[in-house]
Amino acid sequence: MPFIPHTEDDTREMLAAIGASSIDDLFDEIPQQLLIRSLDGVPPALSEMEISRLMRERAAQDGAPLCFIGAGAYEHHIPQAVWDIATRGEYYSAYTPYQAEASQGTLQTIYEYQTMITELTGLDVSNASLYDGASGLAEASLMAVRSNRKAKSGRILLAPGVNPNYEKVAVAIAGSQNITFERLPMNAVTGNAADQLDAGTSPVALVIQQPSFPGTLEDVDRLTDWAHENGALVIAVVNPLSLALLKAPGSWGTKGADIAVGEGQPLGIPLSSGGPYFGFMTCRQEHVRQMPGRIVGRTTDLEDNPGFTLTLQAREQHIRRSKATSNICTNQGLMVTAATIYMALLGFEGLRQVALRAQQNTALLISKLTELPGVRRLYEGPHFHEVSIRLDRPIAAVLDALARRDILGGYDLGDALLVCATETKTEVDIDLYVDTLRDILATRDLRRA
Amino acid sequence: MTELPGDLLYTEDHEWLRREDDGSVTIGITDHAQAALGDLVYVELPEVGLELDSGGDMAVVESVKAASDVFSPIAGIVEAVNEDLADDPEIINGDPYGNGWIVRLRPSEKIDEDALLSPNAYQDLLDAEDA
Amino acid sequence: MKTLIFEKSRNGRRAFAQAPSSVDDAAIPEALRRKDTPRLPEVSELQVVRHYTRLSRQNFSIDTQFYPLGSCTMKYNPRACNSLALLPGFAGRHPLGPVSHGQGFLACMYELQEMLKAVTGMQGVSLTPMAGAQGELAGVLMIQAYHKARGDLERNEIIVPDAAHGTNPATATMCGCVVRELPTGSDGDIDIAALKAAVGPKTAGIMLTNPSTLGVFDRGIVEVAKIVHDAGGLLYYDGANLNAICGKVRPGDMGFDVIHMNLHKTFSTPHGGGGPGSGAVGVGSRLLPFMPIPIVRATERDGATWYDWIAEDELPQSIGRLSGFMGNAGVLLRAYVYMRMVGRDGMRRLAEYATLNANYLQARLRDVGFQLAFPKRRASHEFIVTLKHEAREINLTAMDVAKALLDHNYHAPTTYFPLLVPECLLIEPTETESKETLDNFVAAMTAIVTEAKGGKSFKEAPYTMPVRRLDDVKAARQLDLAFRPPG
Repeated sequence: MPFIPHTEDDTREMLAAIGASSIDDLFDEIPQQLLIRSLDGVPPALSEMEISRLMRERAAQDGAPLCFIGAGAYEHHIPQAVWDIATRGEYYSAYTPYQAEASQGTLQTIYEYQTMITELTGLDVSNASLYDGASGLAEASLMAVRSNRKAKSGRILLAPGVNPNYEKVAVAIAGSQNITFERLPMNAVTGNAADQLDAGTSPVALVIQQPSFPGTLEDVDRLTDWAHENGALVIAVVNPLSLALLKAPGSWGTKGADIAVGEGQPLGIPLSSGGPYFGFMTCRQEHVRQMPGRIVGRTTDLEDNPGFTLTLQAREQHIRRSKATSNICTNQGLMVTAATIYMALLGFEGLRQVALRAQQNTALLISKLTELPGVRRLYEGPHFHEVSIRLDRPIAAVLDALARRDILGGYDLGDALLVCATETKTEVDIDLYVDTLRDILATRDLRRA
Repeated sequence: MTELPGDLLYTEDHEWLRREDDGSVTIGITDHAQAALGDLVYVELPEVGLELDSGGDMAVVESVKAASDVFSPIAGIVEAVNEDLADDPEIINGDPYGNGWIVRLRPSEKIDEDALLSPNAYQDLLDAEDA
Repeated sequence: MKTLIFEKSRNGRRAFAQAPSSVDDAAIPEALRRKDTPRLPEVSELQVVRHYTRLSRQNFSIDTQFYPLGSCTMKYNPRACNSLALLPGFAGRHPLGPVSHGQGFLACMYELQEMLKAVTGMQGVSLTPMAGAQGELAGVLMIQAYHKARGDLERNEIIVPDAAHGTNPATATMCGCVVRELPTGSDGDIDIAALKAAVGPKTAGIMLTNPSTLGVFDRGIVEVAKIVHDAGGLLYYDGANLNAICGKVRPGDMGFDVIHMNLHKTFSTPHGGGGPGSGAVGVGSRLLPFMPIPIVRATERDGATWYDWIAEDELPQSIGRLSGFMGNAGVLLRAYVYMRMVGRDGMRRLAEYATLNANYLQARLRDVGFQLAFPKRRASHEFIVTLKHEAREINLTAMDVAKALLDHNYHAPTTYFPLLVPECLLIEPTETESKETLDNFVAAMTAIVTEAKGGKSFKEAPYTMPVRRLDDVKAARQLDLAFRPPG
């Protein structure tokens, strides 16, 4: 009986207090034909020792390949202190901080997080997180429709560099509310938005991803001003680490972006097969009441001492029900705790060092890869720590061959390969990738490579 | 006992209306409504010029524990909104029938007074809710 | 006391071990470069460790306190679930890595899908929704997709009982549906006559929790299912209360077509101070083609089992993707470990002992004078106490009791929910609490009422927490949502 403390005496005494003769009696209001007798689809219990052995075997089965995949989730060094502290029971097993007096630890941490992420994105206010970057774009789109009431078209424009999976998620989540997503045309040389753009009729918002999904850097100032001139809000989708080097969304163009969202994973969250990560969302003060999710505010208590509490809760589903800004309830609290500790440990200078190192490693990787026969860059121009390259061999088969040698060579874009070398890679790692790829490209039959 | 001015009309949703001399109608929420909501922290106001149907969403009043829609009791066009509420929503708590007015409408059709409540009828409604 | 990490900051101080060395050449055009310096803290590693360790100690948590928090299932989170999910092979696995380097992880996910199917009596499971509310969204989108695929285009109404979680109506609205509220009968069951009047050719479906948020099992569920199905609608099961029936009754057998499970409740993954959760969805045969992707599949290959993803083009009617990758995978691993440790017989015992604890606590509180909202009903895994007499006679509200309990070192029960019971406390003890804990809680509740009868006011409680009662009105009127130092 794992995790159930009752002795036989306890059970007997408790049933007597209830006035029931058996535990089965407690289920006597349930129509008896619905009760099941066994659960064949669930295997018998394992002890902690047995499950530990099984999980170790399975984790070892997945190995520790040398990974050059990015595409929205990045391998970074995570300081030991981050998860040592975040998995303290007082954070790990705490409930949502609705009882503020008993949750000051979580609440102050979120307030500090809100401060750090607004500083990084250059915007005024932040919520306490959304599920992930992709669903963050869906929520930002819904928020833009509420905020930009003059634009009644429901049209959200997407710069060419927006992650295609983000678009799919936004369509799935927001698509049933008369919102449509349209891609702007692309300049085939740079991979960025075309020089000549047509906004069409009253667009609600323009989504700009920086760096773009294929790793390029968009002219964010031009696009931001263009969107504002056409009455659209600007939603920035950004990698938070890139903001150590790149202009913050709040400084884009003349007026700055209105909303910023993104994947918080690079800030101390393990790759872990895709989650749990967290989506961050910041915006200008004027849109705060349209922002979904929980928000922490600083106030004072009865003795006039400072303290922290959830605020603006009347926007949320537990009060506003069918008129809430979103149905979101649970967020990614523990991930935000970890990210706050990560940002505190690194500081801005530490983030800059990590970003610079990743930028340099990728540059080194690309310069060596493009010396191989048939390998060249897909787009011209600057990038941030990720680059798309063309091969003259079928990409899927090349990746398979690399994987057989325990190298994950990048993300298959169909017509190109998206590669990334973060600060975790050494020159030895990079040379191993380049040398292995050289061997594989030289093999006639890739299935034997 | 909550205060009930005798020169106003009322609705079942705890709103009041005053017919102004120039034909416009001023609307707010009753003393009973502000007391039930508690300290107001925000009022969402419509844009001037907005056309409203009877029963349409006109404003939202928000306290820390509740957010409540204020529906337009009549059809009309928004002629003015109480801008002071944007910074000081608590004006409604202090003076719901005076400085705490919310919206002034220009009616777009003849007002159906039978659909509204007299002060006595509204008092009966409050008494019934209390019982 | 309340020093922020930013206030400990000193120019030039750093956690030097945490930054790689690199040269300052970013190869980024001048116009795109960041020129300002965001004010992140400049502190040492020890300062960070002390600061966040100190903050953690200002929290209640399951590891330190009893949380009788109705509808939230705050049970013990076994430590092994966490440490095994963070094994390097799992924690370091890239979500877009090839399945050849994910067979161990995918095996766990496949088996989790199968176990969840068995527990719920559904035909298919998708693990991708990242929280209960996203599971609800997936469920309602699938219901819509089902009707649409049949050319039944007028069905846009979702029926929701008035006692439902706020996420239910919020979700229905998010999907573009019209919400119809359904009153609850005086015995806590659904008002069958009102349901019959509510269903019709516009009914897309109904969203139910059973046992309901009123802490009782709806005895008419089979008839409810028939009425909704006969009207052409589908039944959605909000799995928030699955802990009450796990291993005893299956939503699929009750007639539900789709269910979301809160793995952070029933299957004991951590609440983490507000998340992450996981809202896996299960469906009956009618909704199989519409499940959200990705989904894990097992096939036989060279005499061994091979796991991979069902590709998007293999499920063309899917409602699509809900996350950038595959949802909260690490949470799913924790739930997998938990389910394997609890095992087949243990599943049933979860519900049995959760129900035993709730009925015992209900009986004890009734015996010491508290009024139950539904005194004639069995409690499910939770029950409701109403303080409407105490509020009137001794000026002791549900809020007062909630705050006073904090001073007794108990987290407050859920207060003022469901909205239709005045001055209510929704109490869920869970199966992992001992009889002694429950007895001590009864003693604390009794002491609070006794003191209130003696004239003590709890309007300013709690007194022993890191802060006193906070000014919510000031927090909302004078928004201070980030620290901006003067100057």
